[in-house]
Amino acid sequence: MEEKSLHTEEPRDDYAAKMGMWLFIFTEILLFAGLFLVYSVFRFKYPVLFHQGALELNVTIGSLNTVVLLISSMTVAMSLTAMQKNNKKLALTLLFITILCALIFLFNKYIEWGAKFNEGLYPGSELMLKLERGHLLFFSLYFFMTGLHALHIIIGMVILSIAFIKIRKGTLHIGKYMLLENGALYWHLVDLIWIFLFPLFYLIT
Amino acid sequence: MINTNEPTGYVSYLDYKGKYTGIRAWIYSTDHKRIGLLYLYCITTFFSIGAIMGILMRIELLAPGPTIMGPQTYNGLFTVHGIIMIFLVVIPGLSVVFGNLFMPILIGARDVAFPRLNLFAWYVYIAGCCLAILSQVLRHGPPDTGWTFYAPYSLATGTNVIAATGAAFVLGFSSILTGLNFIVTIHRMRAPGMTFFRMPLFVWAIYATAWIQLLATPIIGITLLMLIMERLFNIGFFEPALGGDPVLFQHLFWIYSHPAVYIMILPAMGVISEIIPTFSQKSIYGYKAIAFSSLAIAGVGYLIWGHHMFTSGMSLVAIWSFSLFTFIVAIPSAVKVFSWVGTMYKGSIDLKPPMLYALSFIFLFMIGGFSGLVVGGLATDVQVHDTAFVVAHFHYIVFGGMGYAFFGAIHYWFPKIYGKMYKIRRANIAWAMTFIGFNFLYFPQFILGMQGMPRRYFDYLPQFQTGEVISSLGGFLFIAGFALMVYNLVMGFRKGEKAPANPWHGTTLEWQIPSPPPLENFEEIPVITTDPYNYK
Amino acid sequence: MNTIETHVTSYKTLGYVLLVLLLLTTITINVTSYNLMAWNVAIALIIAAVKGYFVMTYFMHLKNENRVIRAFVIVVLSLFITIFLITFIDYLYR
Repeated sequence: MEEKSLHTEEPRDDYAAKMGMWLFIFTEILLFAGLFLVYSVFRFKYPVLFHQGALELNVTIGSLNTVVLLISSMTVAMSLTAMQKNNKKLALTLLFITILCALIFLFNKYIEWGAKFNEGLYPGSELMLKLERGHLLFFSLYFFMTGLHALHIIIGMVILSIAFIKIRKGTLHIGKYMLLENGALYWHLVDLIWIFLFPLFYLIT
Repeated sequence: MINTNEPTGYVSYLDYKGKYTGIRAWIYSTDHKRIGLLYLYCITTFFSIGAIMGILMRIELLAPGPTIMGPQTYNGLFTVHGIIMIFLVVIPGLSVVFGNLFMPILIGARDVAFPRLNLFAWYVYIAGCCLAILSQVLRHGPPDTGWTFYAPYSLATGTNVIAATGAAFVLGFSSILTGLNFIVTIHRMRAPGMTFFRMPLFVWAIYATAWIQLLATPIIGITLLMLIMERLFNIGFFEPALGGDPVLFQHLFWIYSHPAVYIMILPAMGVISEIIPTFSQKSIYGYKAIAFSSLAIAGVGYLIWGHHMFTSGMSLVAIWSFSLFTFIVAIPSAVKVFSWVGTMYKGSIDLKPPMLYALSFIFLFMIGGFSGLVVGGLATDVQVHDTAFVVAHFHYIVFGGMGYAFFGAIHYWFPKIYGKMYKIRRANIAWAMTFIGFNFLYFPQFILGMQGMPRRYFDYLPQFQTGEVISSLGGFLFIAGFALMVYNLVMGFRKGEKAPANPWHGTTLEWQIPSPPPLENFEEIPVITTDPYNYK
Repeated sequence: MNTIETHVTSYKTLGYVLLVLLLLTTITINVTSYNLMAWNVAIALIIAAVKGYFVMTYFMHLKNENRVIRAFVIVVLSLFITIFLITFIDYLYR
């Protein structure tokens, strides 16, 4: 779509691409900030009921998810290092592990949410609306925030998968790897958000 | 100096023939100047639609009781008038039109950092506009909540709230992408020798604005998403019956919407900072003061959102903190006014149409600003909150401010954009009509508000009728003037005389290239050795 | 300009950072078994902030990043905190 004759003489500006990615990350931080603000306000208002809600969450799965995501953060950072050292095979392996970790995370989420849905607990359900107000708000926030976070996991996975394919094809290489670097930055953001979500929902017992 | 005579092989960006022809040459173009014009035509269209809705409201308010419509229609009208004017016109407004058209040229660049992202942002804008239109025509009827969508009414009303808030969400995304693009452009693509303190002040303004677009918009995004989820799934954040807090919605809403007004006004002030030196043929007074005041306004602007909520039930500590900082934010604005006046002092003033609009801006913005002190003061706000006084205040600031700066900008840069000139006399007459009409339209609203006329009411007590009629007549005069203005500009485009490269004898980079600019702006990227307002 | 100073973070460093993060995670889970009332939240948030610091500094390469981007990060985090504090001026004193 871009006309070829435009901007022909300009060299690629990788730093601009990185700056652009950081700016985008800021918008994501502020997006979740709104939800954290709502969480804080209602936690302040209903401390006991939030505590009760947290008891109904599975700390084991939550902790497992935290570990999985931290590992994936390391593997994607290592994948970038491998690329910078021109080790294509290692970069691909590490990237694959990262994506695998993401899938494990999503699978765990599916189990967790599935369990709650089976109990009749989901946004808008009769059971939910009958709960005590603070309890309802806890679970509304739980579904909204972990759901939005899971959406970002999926987006991150897609970006990293595209990077994976490009590395295999050779269009992403030591002379041109901004997609991997920026994709990794995005992935770290997803990890950062979970670092805060985990204690606020699972560990306030 | 750069040779302003058209070089051999010069083709203007308007005539450039690339891969596509016809309409596709425009809607697939990644050229920042064409994208700027795409936005200009959309915004002019939506402003006209929003203005017609305003006129319909003014006709309704000519007499108490239903005049041409009932209350439900009126509620739908002021809601969509607000949505169009705020989200489709004034927030994108100066940034996407003149920021796109001129910011790259002003810094000596060939385009923005991410030209394809720039075009994509326009597509997202159009998608948002379509959603807004959809909110008016879908089954459940236009929203009647006001553009502020306050809970719990916005949760209870059966109207198309989700479509309208969806539109605002999508438009916000467009705003974020533009802000991101402009920040990277200004950091990475300035011409050699152009330090931050050699940038024209319009660029400083666009820079400060881009940061607000980037950082504040996500908050309204998530808030509207929360509203939509609550309507769909009763998640309870803002519904008292479910344990939620409606005031929390107000907090979240205004955490964005207050900085949003600085998105509206900062580029406007940037335009004024360009026009005044040119039409005083004198360097700007207080360059650094103006540059820093833009950043100060952007920064302090994040701390004062609660002044929209003084009567909502917030704590006493909160309301006086918000009031205090509201007074403080007026200071950097005053610094700018002082600097503009200082620029004109002992300058060689030329009252061409851009200068008339710039001077009108100062007059109207100051009235709006002073009335802001009334609403910003706690005791006085209790009297005038939710009355016509507030309506007058924000129309003076936003319309008198951003609107007049927009009119000034289009008259200033018209010869550069199109290479043609409009008729000066007709422009002056249009200016006079709009200026007189504007003041008759809005000044009575201050008085009506103090006397007790509420806002967003289609009916009123008979004692308010005189003021309302004067206001409506002012509105009609304004619209006539606006129509003449547009006619003049369109005729200038179609039949106007060819304009030279530098008709106003300006010193910034856009005047050093041909009118209209060639596709890639500069034959050779200039090397900057002086400050931008280098008048002898 | 195409050149970024490519600082390559070693595998070893990244590995150590992961160990630190896992250690902090273990601590934060164990602290919840003691009832310290209001301090529970504070400690959880402090540990999360420290973890966040490590992720940003090492995994996201902020340690070796340009001053401009580091300044951006500080501005954004400050804004986030400021908005929180101001909102709580309302809720705390109602």
